[in-house]
Amino acid sequence: MPSEQKLGSAIVDTVFANMVSSQNESSLLSSEGDSQRTQYPYVTGTSVIGIKYKDGILMAADMGGSYGSTIRYKSVERLKQVGKHSLIGASGEISDFQEILRYLDELILHDSMWDDGNSLGPKEVHNYLTRVLYNRRNKFDPLWNSLVLGGVKNGQKYLGSVSMIGVHFEDDHVATGFGNHLARPILREEWREDLTFEEGVKLLEKCMRNLLYRDRSAVNKLQIAKITEEGLTISQPYSLKTFWNFAAFKNPTVGAEGSW
Amino acid sequence: MLIEARDVPNLGFNFDLYSRNDMLTKKGLKPPGYLKTGTTIVGLIYKEGVILGADTRATAGPIVADKNCEKIHYMAPNIYCCGAGTAADTEAVTDNISSQLKLHRYHTGRESRVVTALTLLKSHLFRYQGHVSAALVLGGVDLTGPHLHTIYPHGSTDTLPFATMGSGSLAAMAIFESEYREGLTRDEGVNLVTKAICSGIFNDLGSGSNVDICVIEKGKKEYLRNHLTPNPRTYISSKGYAFSKKTEVLLTKITPLKELVDVVQVGGDGMEE
Repeated sequence: MPSEQKLGSAIVDTVFANMVSSQNESSLLSSEGDSQRTQYPYVTGTSVIGIKYKDGILMAADMGGSYGSTIRYKSVERLKQVGKHSLIGASGEISDFQEILRYLDELILHDSMWDDGNSLGPKEVHNYLTRVLYNRRNKFDPLWNSLVLGGVKNGQKYLGSVSMIGVHFEDDHVATGFGNHLARPILREEWREDLTFEEGVKLLEKCMRNLLYRDRSAVNKLQIAKITEEGLTISQPYSLKTFWNFAAFKNPTVGAEGSW
Repeated sequence: MLIEARDVPNLGFNFDLYSRNDMLTKKGLKPPGYLKTGTTIVGLIYKEGVILGADTRATAGPIVADKNCEKIHYMAPNIYCCGAGTAADTEAVTDNISSQLKLHRYHTGRESRVVTALTLLKSHLFRYQGHVSAALVLGGVDLTGPHLHTIYPHGSTDTLPFATMGSGSLAAMAIFESEYREGLTRDEGVNLVTKAICSGIFNDLGSGSNVDICVIEKGKKEYLRNHLTPNPRTYISSKGYAFSKKTEVLLTKITPLKELVDVVQVGGDGMEE
């Protein structure tokens, strides 16, 4: 009887000790330490900008894939078609973008197998992406992307964006990454409902030039994509002209030789 | 002796949450820090001189502490300096160097040069290794021409044709990068600076209220305080805030206090014990 009691209490003691020790280890931020999955991006794309214009959607993204502070890849296509009516642009981890393209491929395939004459429009694709990204984030295993989704279906233009934590909204002009700080002010000032194609491209180029000057991970090789009721075209890669001939750049120490 | 809860007076500091905060800090929760004053400050060089611009919002964390503060500081009759960062630091450092410049003017008998102000400011800030949190846009016109510089809290400087600093600097820089050209006229310059500050005011949460401008040319300067006020109070009661008539006086009765005790001074100074 005494020995049994001692054994019983020993078990209780060890169980109690385990509970106490695990409580000591846990902290408010313990969940990140537990996970073995991706917690930070490796190869990333920088901003994507999208605007609605008279006939549809225009989107622009450069072709750079940065590996930390190196610009490792210079021909990454970050604008892709999705089904008949939509166009997706991605910033963030490139491998996660490629995974998302596989999910979308499967989605579109299953939709066309129904063979019912209907096809998924941009609103539906946007909603699907939102659900995917939000649920991954809830499992502490996010797809590290900010996506821009645009398209035209039955004459209705649609432009939306989703972030890696599942924040989604629909707007007349969207930007991801650095574009939020550098392109959004310009778009808010100069976007109009009835932009023509040429005006839209000029506006996008203005924003992309800004990003080229002030975002360190931008490269001077970009693509512009246009989607209308008729269909989708993604332009060939091209470069923007830049201006460096300010007097203060050429001669910064005028009047004060030797200073810097 | 036990003090019951209701006996403790309801004045002064309340330390009830101390142990809970301490426990949270030990578990890794960082208490909210005080941000520096959000700001948009800009400067550009135009045909005849320099134009500086600033917003007028001073913040203390998430609260707007001053809706209409002055961020363009006087350095010399021909030199002005916009300041972003900790307000006390920008104020103190510009005042200090302004005094030094005045003494230097007395000593040399000449107009101050922008590079002098630049060197004094950058040496001061470098000596304090970034702890003086002042990010400045310095502009002025002296005998060698118009100059515009940015000065960072650690003491590095740049010479630029157009410059922006503060939390709203990216929004303002977006406007400058797309629309700045050399050889702008005065009105074009003022409009561009106003547009850039408005971009900061409306797109950055740390900047707001009004636009201040300072135009400096050879021999003269114009300080346009509240050049633009794009954020007026929209709804003001037309009746005003006069309260209805005060309490009526029904009766006045004065009762003089009666002396109960006679105070007698017993020799010596009244102050002695």
